[in-house]
Amino acid sequence: MDVGQMRRQWVEYTKSLFMEGFLDSQFEQLQQLQDESNPDFVVEVVSLFFEDSERLLNDLTRALDQPSVDFKLVDSYVHQLKGSSSSIGASRVKNACIAFRNFCEEQNVEGCRRCLQQVKQENLLVKNKLETLFRMEQQIVAAGGSIPNMEQIGF
Amino acid sequence: MSLLHVFGFGLKVGHLLWMLCCWIISVISMNWFLNGGIMDTKTCLLGDGAKICLKWWEKISGTSCKIHHHYYQYICSKRVRRTWWKRLLIAWALGWTVVSLWIFLYMSSQATEKRKETLASMCDERARMLQDQFNVSMNHIQAMSILISTFHHGKNPSAIDQRTFARYTERTAFERPLTSGVAYAVRVLHSEREQFEKQQGWPIRRMDTLEQNPVHKDDYAPEALEPSPVQEEYAPVIFAQDTISHVVSLDMLSGKEDRENVLLARASGKGVLTAPFQLLKTKRLGVILTFAVYKRDLPSNATPKERIQATDGYLGGVFDIESLVEKLLHQLASKQTILVNVYDTSNHSQPISMYGSNISDAGLEHISTLNFGDPFRKHEMRCRFKHKPPWPWLAITTSIGILVIALLIEHIFNATVNRIAKVEEDYHEMMELKKLAEAADVAKSQFLATVSHEIRTPMNGVLGMLDMLIDTDLDVTQQDYVRIAQGSGKALVSLINEVLDQAKIESGKLELEEVQFNLRAILDDVLSLFSGKSQEKGVELAVYISDQVPEMLIGDPGRFRQIITNLMGNSIKFTEKGHVFVTIHLVEEVIDSVEVETETSSKNTLSGFPVADRRRSWRGFRVFSQEGSNGCFPSSSSEINLIVSVEDTGVGIPLDAQSRVFTPFMQVGPSISRTHGGTGIGLSISKCLVGLMQGEIGFVSIPKIGSTFTFTAVFTNACNSNEYRSQQIINQANTASYEFQGMTALIIDPRLVRAKVSRYHIQRLGIQVEVVSDLNQCLSIISNGNTVINMILVEQEVWDKDSGTVALVINNLKRIHHKVPPKLFLLAKSVSSPRTSPATSGVCNATVIMKPLRASMLAASLQRAMGVGNKGNPRNGELPSLSLRSLLLGRNILIVDDNKVNLKVAAGALKKYGADVICVESGKDAISQLEPPHNFDACFMDIQMPEMDGFDATRRIRDMEHNVNSRIQRGEVSAEAYGNISTWHVPILAMTADVIQATHEESLRCGMDGYVSKPFEAEQLYHEASRFFQSVSNGNL
Repeated sequence: MDVGQMRRQWVEYTKSLFMEGFLDSQFEQLQQLQDESNPDFVVEVVSLFFEDSERLLNDLTRALDQPSVDFKLVDSYVHQLKGSSSSIGASRVKNACIAFRNFCEEQNVEGCRRCLQQVKQENLLVKNKLETLFRMEQQIVAAGGSIPNMEQIGF
Repeated sequence: MSLLHVFGFGLKVGHLLWMLCCWIISVISMNWFLNGGIMDTKTCLLGDGAKICLKWWEKISGTSCKIHHHYYQYICSKRVRRTWWKRLLIAWALGWTVVSLWIFLYMSSQATEKRKETLASMCDERARMLQDQFNVSMNHIQAMSILISTFHHGKNPSAIDQRTFARYTERTAFERPLTSGVAYAVRVLHSEREQFEKQQGWPIRRMDTLEQNPVHKDDYAPEALEPSPVQEEYAPVIFAQDTISHVVSLDMLSGKEDRENVLLARASGKGVLTAPFQLLKTKRLGVILTFAVYKRDLPSNATPKERIQATDGYLGGVFDIESLVEKLLHQLASKQTILVNVYDTSNHSQPISMYGSNISDAGLEHISTLNFGDPFRKHEMRCRFKHKPPWPWLAITTSIGILVIALLIEHIFNATVNRIAKVEEDYHEMMELKKLAEAADVAKSQFLATVSHEIRTPMNGVLGMLDMLIDTDLDVTQQDYVRIAQGSGKALVSLINEVLDQAKIESGKLELEEVQFNLRAILDDVLSLFSGKSQEKGVELAVYISDQVPEMLIGDPGRFRQIITNLMGNSIKFTEKGHVFVTIHLVEEVIDSVEVETETSSKNTLSGFPVADRRRSWRGFRVFSQEGSNGCFPSSSSEINLIVSVEDTGVGIPLDAQSRVFTPFMQVGPSISRTHGGTGIGLSISKCLVGLMQGEIGFVSIPKIGSTFTFTAVFTNACNSNEYRSQQIINQANTASYEFQGMTALIIDPRLVRAKVSRYHIQRLGIQVEVVSDLNQCLSIISNGNTVINMILVEQEVWDKDSGTVALVINNLKRIHHKVPPKLFLLAKSVSSPRTSPATSGVCNATVIMKPLRASMLAASLQRAMGVGNKGNPRNGELPSLSLRSLLLGRNILIVDDNKVNLKVAAGALKKYGADVICVESGKDAISQLEPPHNFDACFMDIQMPEMDGFDATRRIRDMEHNVNSRIQRGEVSAEAYGNISTWHVPILAMTADVIQATHEESLRCGMDGYVSKPFEAEQLYHEASRFFQSVSNGNL
């Protein structure tokens, strides 16, 4: 596979991520912030996000397993998750978080649990997708190519 | 509601009038009665009348009271009122029916009474006449008895025989109008009978057989009668009037009636009447009056026996009652109207009719007693009307009339009540509809607010991306596209903001802030906003703020700015040539100078184009009319009443559109929005905002000449409250002014107004200013050499017009001032125009200052040219090309966010612009980092954090700084220990995802300096950062 093909694949894949709503404009901004002085910025941020989300999801699972759920605590966790997900542009996680917070406000344990599952699912999905994306980038770089600029894709 | 009140009042008045009318009518009809009544009954009637009046009055007042009561209860209970009305109306109808019935009865009884009176008087009159005439006749008969006793018995031989008697009586018949005949019977004892018969030549005949066998009048023959049987005594008639001559020789004692009569008469000595009986021969009803003739005068107390002894004879008069009464009645008027009956009622159970037909009519009857002088007999006259009583038309019409009036009134009431009920119902319906409409309106506003807010959020994303996009490598076409997209996006956002404002104002949610702000700085801001556009168009833009306006005011700078931006935006939009000129004065100033400034009309304007007279724009203002009457200023001393005028030389507003200028979504014409864009709610919002600032807005506009909008607004003077005094460092002009203190500038400008504006801006920098109108004067001043001129500012107009003189001046300058020649500046108004002519450009190095003049920009230009101020720092000199990168390069910035991802992203963004970023994850860490001394230039702080949120952290940091500052001031610690900074105030910006007003306010309240939205938007970041980075560096000087 030559570099050009890989780049095309990468572009297609990125496009599909945006089209399917896994990512939003914020992710583009992140990519913008990455430059020569900070070549691994996006990967760093994203991995930071997944570490963070992993921890938060664990906390959430624990919190919701308690016999009496502390909704305030749950809400603060979800708020954090929402903030960080919107920061990296993981829009589906963010949307799930918004729904989650609504159930929190209603103090609906069942709804919260459902949402938690959904958030976990979305988180896992976007994690896989992004890992795939990063793998593709690594391959491109390894093949001596450069990662295409998003603006040039013509979004 | 007021309509209803008026209506109710009208009804009340109407009712009262009706009651009055009705009352008057009743009183009048009452008076008819009273006057028609007979005198005797009047007193009684009057009493009645008074009572009735009283009753009526009670009724009326009662009703009106009820009506009143009713009206007051009007709105409360509809149903109760309805039933009340029904009852009231029924009662009213019944009451008046009763009243009219009563009136009818009363009137008809009055008529009957009157009739009875008439009958009585007529009857009495007849009875009296009859009685009088009877008495006259009786008296005459008595007189005749005396005549007979004198001339028949007293004389011997008798002086009277039958013929004499007949003749005498015939001739004196007129004296006895009621008698049909008189006869005299003599008393003859049985012993004297034969002698008497012989003497008279006829036998004494008996009468009773005649009575038993009545014969016809014509067949009557006295000779056929039987001679009287043997009796103790006889009373044969010897004299008789011719009319009754047939009774001669008849024995009066033989007739039953006559015998009683005769015996009674001679025993009593008075005239005695027989019961009515059928007369002999005529067969008509008659009575016979008998007087006894005595031999001698008897004493009045003589016993009956003596009288009988003394009796000589009996004189009888025949009263033919029937014909007599008839004759009598003939003499009286109106005999046709009544029927007269005369009865003998000596026997009560069986009255004997003496006259008149026997009519058994039970109608009205009057009985008058007759006294014919016979104590044993009683007579009476009964009268009745011939005709039945007529219908009492008066009573009928009156009562029916009253009833009709009452019913009419009732109908009116009823109609009125129905009408009121209907109107009320309609009113309630309208109220309901109104409520619905208002609710719909509020819902609409809320919807608008929500929707606009929701639209804003994605729009921010779009704009941010476009910002990013335009920084990338694009070809010309792409750049063009992006620019268009960006422009449209911005227009959309500003439109949404406007709609949001309008919606907020309409739903009453808009509240003004009360923060301290620098008016001049705001105007500078606005100027910079429009400078590009004005330079492009070649329109001169200028701001002049009166010296009397305080530096710092307390109010809502954002909204004030919005109004001015709105007005200026409009002005610039519609002005192609000439100028846009903003002036700010105190209202007091303007009032004082209204008379003085009259000559500032069309000629002497900023750009020389004629303008609309701005004084006319505030002609309708309340504050001015108030001034005119009061003379003194009512507001307290700390209140600042500003008057702001925005004057342009644009197309003006067509006269027919001027009335709807402030109506939302109204534009002058459909073509306007096509050519100039805009929604047309800017002015409406401005008007609302001005209203919120307790001001007024007005305008004057002359088509093709220009418009002037003027508004007033009330602020508080911040200099009076010294709590924020320390913050005045932010004021750029103040800080900049130290650099130029003591310098003198010379402005060459032939236009007074423009020169005034230039002077205002230069003076703000602390420079003394002289103004001359042309270069020759300038020359003379310079050559005078008395004053040291540091700089000369030449208006571009002068420069272009008279470049030769300019060159001369420049040469002179070089000649006179050997040491430091004054710097030359050119005031240019548009980008294209400062094409300094080749002649001069070679000669001098004039610095071009682009209009509009602003303090900061002016200061920067001067600094650069004069070489004063912070040398080596290119920041101020590169004002036009300031970018975010240059602003943030090398800055130490602390970012506080509990969310690591957010922290990383924010740090990445700021690092991209060249800032040195340090991240902390909690408010506590931030506090420890920001404890003075430190070397951070700014802090970006997340608001929502666990343990300690952004507000709390900021508050503590501010406390900390305050402590340090006060300690330094008091000299407890030296400033050196704190990095030579005497006043610590690190700018703290809130980072927040929601841009709700409340959050913004809260952040300002706890001491933050501003806020940026998360994720960062380049323009907003620049705007916020530029606000205080300049001031920080100035403060650090």
